[in-house]
Amino acid sequence: MQYLLMLYSEEGGWNQLTKDQQDQGMAAYRAYTEALQKAGVLKGSNRLQPTSAATTVRLANGKPHVLDGPYVESKEQIGGYYLIEMWPLDAAISWAARCPGAGHGTVEVRPVWNMAT
Amino acid sequence: MSFGDGHSRSDKAETGDEQLLTPPTGEGQTRQGASSAASIAARAAAEAVARRSYGKLVAFLAARTRDVAAAEDALSEAFAAALTDWPVKGCPANPEAWLLTVARRKTIDMHRGRRRDEIASEELRILALGLEAVALNPGIPDQRLALMFVCAHPAIEASVRAPLILQTVLGLDAKKIASAFLMSPAAMGKRLVRAKDKIRQAGISFSVPEREELAGRLDTVLDAIYAAFAEGWTDPGGTDAARRDLTEEAMFLARLVAQLLPKEPEALGLLALILHAEARRGARRNDRGDYVPLAEQDPARWDAAMIDEAEALLQRASGMNSIGRYQLEGALQSAHVDRCRTGQANWAEVVQLYDALFALAGSPVVAINRALAIAELHGAGAALVVMQEVAADKRLAEYQPYWAARAVLLAKTGALGEAREAYEIAIGLERDAPVRRFLQERQAALKG
Repeated sequence: MQYLLMLYSEEGGWNQLTKDQQDQGMAAYRAYTEALQKAGVLKGSNRLQPTSAATTVRLANGKPHVLDGPYVESKEQIGGYYLIEMWPLDAAISWAARCPGAGHGTVEVRPVWNMAT
Repeated sequence: MSFGDGHSRSDKAETGDEQLLTPPTGEGQTRQGASSAASIAARAAAEAVARRSYGKLVAFLAARTRDVAAAEDALSEAFAAALTDWPVKGCPANPEAWLLTVARRKTIDMHRGRRRDEIASEELRILALGLEAVALNPGIPDQRLALMFVCAHPAIEASVRAPLILQTVLGLDAKKIASAFLMSPAAMGKRLVRAKDKIRQAGISFSVPEREELAGRLDTVLDAIYAAFAEGWTDPGGTDAARRDLTEEAMFLARLVAQLLPKEPEALGLLALILHAEARRGARRNDRGDYVPLAEQDPARWDAAMIDEAEALLQRASGMNSIGRYQLEGALQSAHVDRCRTGQANWAEVVQLYDALFALAGSPVVAINRALAIAELHGAGAALVVMQEVAADKRLAEYQPYWAARAVLLAKTGALGEAREAYEIAIGLERDAPVRRFLQERQAALKG
């Protein structure tokens, strides 16, 4: 079963860290990613640009309606994700708890819809 | 004098009439009109057997498919049929085989009906295989404990855990559960469906957690059972059948867990606590239906056998050298019983137990009862100081026992005006008429 770990955190938080703290943070994420890889459960992962780079699109009267900014204006935004494969939910929760993002933000664990069945 | 005897929600929820037999749950039974005691007994016996088998079969099927709702669907008609059939014809020698035969017939019907829906069809196929496996293997494994751990999983919304256990393990319908938890049947139904969807979609595993994880997870199972019990006690007059029954269902579940996890002292502690409360059920009202506080109860009216059983459980639990909330609450009940029976004040011991309980589970409710015990030991003034420490907790503003306790303590220190006000609030917050009357009498007596 696949789970998407969505990492929510305060967007401005990163820039308020000192250089040392940022280095430490990067190292923590690298170690976490490596641990997922070694365990053979990592299916994909990315860090996202801040929502200042986001564009929202939806059709209005058949025409694309394009807006600058994220879908939801909120202090906490998704800053990255991990797609992992394992069973059961408890295993995914354990991995989510190890994620550095759970320390400085919130990790949402979402099961991926299984299209095979 | 201390108001009430305990520390928990069961305190303010003293219940009245003794009701040994559960009333019918199914429509069919009502129609049969059981007038004689024998047929009521037959119905109760049939219901007990059906319920036990039902939970086992739901657990077994759901563990294979992870689809609790589908397992319930397959078994619900079988269960309903059992509740009408068994009281009349007697319980079958093999209740599970009986339920299974009916459930299989129903599943095959569902399978035919939904042939075009491939997803449903696949699920039903797994279900049918499950039913087949049970049929071939008469001794089906008891996975009710695993099912309870699923229902009490931290990923399930906390307030729906107890209702979910009652429904899946005992087969209570959403309507009955809703009335017991003071919710609309539609809202309760929706939340139960959502929880079952979550179990299926999120991949919660049907297993009893490993040793190191068991303690934390067991707490949520025990808490859910205790919540069901406490909810049942909030109908003090015993006038609402659904809620009165809930205490018995909770006792059944507590027994089941204690039996399936005999080496877990907290499981034994919870059963002991429930038995202690239940033992005093009848003594909590006098013949006129008035509320009788613990200190004025007649110990001869308590159920001695239940108390003995509770004491033995606490003994066994204490031998396992791992103290916990329910063992402490059980020990407090035991201390209260001992004091009332012997007339020997044991408030130092009681305060010590409350200290330990407060350190472990520092709820404002515990703090209030601790303060009342301190009043017995060091006087009302000291108790009021202790109570001041928790007074800031907003939850207490609407908590009747807090105001009743304050009233008692204030009256003792001679602050009659404030005591009267505190009684006024307590009376305004109380749902139950006999308890309200009791509080009004105490308030009126202040003038003397």
